[in-house]
Amino acid sequence: MTRYDLTRLPLVKPLLKNRWPQWMVQVAALAGFVFAITAGLIGTPVGNHNFSIVFVWIGWWALLMLIAVPLFGRGWCSICPIPLPGEWLQRGAVIAPNAQGGFTLGRRWPNRLRNIWLQNGTFALTALFSAVVLTQPGVTAIVLAAFLFLALAASLVFERRAFCRYLCPVGGFIGLYSQVAPVEVRAKDPSLCATHLEKTCYVGGAEGYGCPWQVYPGGLVKNTYCGTCVECLRTCPHDNIAINLRPPGADLLVPAGRKLDEAFKAFIMLGSALAYSLVMLGPWGAIKTAAYSVGSAAWIGYALSFVVWIFGMLPGAFLIAVLVGKLLGKRAPVSTRKAFTSLSYALIPLGLAAWIAFSLSFVFANLSYLWPVVSDPLGWGWNLFGTAGIEWTPYFMQIVPASQVIVLIGGLAWASLTARQIAGELKFKTIQAAPVVVFCFGVTVGLLWLLVG
Amino acid sequence: MVARRVTGEYAARLIVIGILIGLPIAALSARWLKPAIEIRARVAEAGGWTPADLTAAVGQPLHLRLTSDDVIHGFAVGQSAWPALDVEPGKVVETTLLFETPGRYVYYCTRWCGLGHWRMRGTIEVTGPTVESETAPQPLYAQLGIKIDEPHVAESVPGARPSPSRGAKFGASLPAALLNADYYRAHSPVEAWRDLRAEANTTSLSDDEVWDVVAFLWQSNTSEAVLAEGQRLFAANCTACHGEGGAGDGIAAQALANNEHEALTEFGQHTVAPADFTDLSRMLGASPALLQGKIIRGGMGTGMPYWGPIFTEAQTWALVDYLWTFVFDY
Repeated sequence: MTRYDLTRLPLVKPLLKNRWPQWMVQVAALAGFVFAITAGLIGTPVGNHNFSIVFVWIGWWALLMLIAVPLFGRGWCSICPIPLPGEWLQRGAVIAPNAQGGFTLGRRWPNRLRNIWLQNGTFALTALFSAVVLTQPGVTAIVLAAFLFLALAASLVFERRAFCRYLCPVGGFIGLYSQVAPVEVRAKDPSLCATHLEKTCYVGGAEGYGCPWQVYPGGLVKNTYCGTCVECLRTCPHDNIAINLRPPGADLLVPAGRKLDEAFKAFIMLGSALAYSLVMLGPWGAIKTAAYSVGSAAWIGYALSFVVWIFGMLPGAFLIAVLVGKLLGKRAPVSTRKAFTSLSYALIPLGLAAWIAFSLSFVFANLSYLWPVVSDPLGWGWNLFGTAGIEWTPYFMQIVPASQVIVLIGGLAWASLTARQIAGELKFKTIQAAPVVVFCFGVTVGLLWLLVG
Repeated sequence: MVARRVTGEYAARLIVIGILIGLPIAALSARWLKPAIEIRARVAEAGGWTPADLTAAVGQPLHLRLTSDDVIHGFAVGQSAWPALDVEPGKVVETTLLFETPGRYVYYCTRWCGLGHWRMRGTIEVTGPTVESETAPQPLYAQLGIKIDEPHVAESVPGARPSPSRGAKFGASLPAALLNADYYRAHSPVEAWRDLRAEANTTSLSDDEVWDVVAFLWQSNTSEAVLAEGQRLFAANCTACHGEGGAGDGIAAQALANNEHEALTEFGQHTVAPADFTDLSRMLGASPALLQGKIIRGGMGTGMPYWGPIFTEAQTWALVDYLWTFVFDY
């Protein structure tokens, strides 16, 4: 497939090789992050007047799900502020490469945990409390601070970015959906990497650090675990790292590295999009109340249902679809586990479409909360920039439902095509992909019903 | 090159420290410049005011920043002249209170926000130098030793609604002892009726005509302005249980009558049907002082809230005066 190396454009390579531009964006993000924690703790408890809720769950979320992830994959991870304090302590430097190292025990992450099951767990755990996290500034602040300290602790105990790679609930799904993105960081010539014995891209050198994500750039075939920090671009002495513009979804058809933990991430994300649409946008007050009543018997029921839904019912229904598909062929060319894992990658474009459609339903309706909060971020009656009085106005509401339909139908088409291609790769007949397509169709109909009505 | 890197590193560290430490301190400093207590309002069943207990000092402004988590609430401080504020969900309203005398003040919700509305109360403990002052007199019902929980039923009631305008014809001949506020507040209408019946100059009047004179006597102890104030207070605080017409048929009446008022019964309180102010035997047997006691102290075991810390003495009397409009044809 054709690729275009963006570093060939003027200014791109100098801007990326220089540490300061990226650092300045990271520091701006860190300032916003620290302020979000502060605002959540000392600002007004009214969510739509507090910086922490409005800028994190409306502003940042819109940026992440509608722009960053679909277009830049893990682009957000390259400027994410959460791991920075820990990483700086670990390196003993804030910006300049420091060969001496800093404060860390530098332990290896346990082999048994070198997967994203923990991220699946942290996402599910956060999701159970999302109704209060998304609406109460104090809870948002505590969650953000917990991420910050967890990342800090991980950096002080383990080598490199253990938090990002194995713990971050956001990073888990960004990695999954980054396979769809039209950009990638890859070695221009992997054979050159094979002859480069120093492997400065992995171990670091005078110009920079070894890959913080514990990935060997020379062997990269998927975006999933590449944090796009471009450290390898700085450390490669042969100028052998490219940032390619590529056909969207190219990674979905790469058989290497398909694993059950990633498959379950796809179910968790798709199931969560359906559950959130039901709980937060649906007309069922009792479910909404249960989701908000953390600790109550109703909430325990909601939490159990949520967990059973994302870890049991949805994967179970998909497994049935896979088994039916296998029965449609004369003999099974691959194991059920492999078929299940591989075909679940077809859910990645559908899941991303579901999250974009879900986000569209509230982002534009609530975007106008940003303007008063810019002037009064703590809800204390300030008017710093004269925008405090701007009334809530939903934007583009006439075109949002149509956009959601287009996105979901597009996601279904993409998922169906991917399922067919993966089925072919598994030596399945085309008809054997049909049950998976029916599964995707059912999910899409459910989402259309919940989101558009 | 190395020197530039070191300089850059130190500059970057300074910026990071500025963000990690300076930003929160700057935000906190802004708060210290104008410290305010954040008060969240929720219906009583969900917790009421948070925090519910505040402290303040005499002469020190108390800045409050109020918001609601659920429905529209109101904020007012009992027995004070501060105007009530509406506390709307999703909005922040600020107010500053300044207390001149130490004591325990009650703040409360002024909007009918739910079944447990009246339970939405908090306290403000104001400390300061104790000022030598006259001890506040006991309320009249206490001075008179009225047992407000005992039944006070009129054994005799009029056949028609007593009319002060008809009674006014005989007003000029009334004895002076009956025409003052002290007599009015300490006696029930039926006691006044008996006293009038015993007067020689009323022997020519029928029983109902004497009741008209009682109605005149009662009306002469109030004014249009006081009745208007009483009506306002009654509408804001009493109609939910006692009904707009005072017949004990407000929206919460049924639940109270069946002892099913969740906002009260969950705390083990027993409730009864709200008082019917159109019931002649009840109202004509009650003195204004008795009604004052009922309002100030509340009804033990009935679900009737206590209003002592909320209403001023004048407001309580205005409310009492207004209650007679349900039996007399003012």
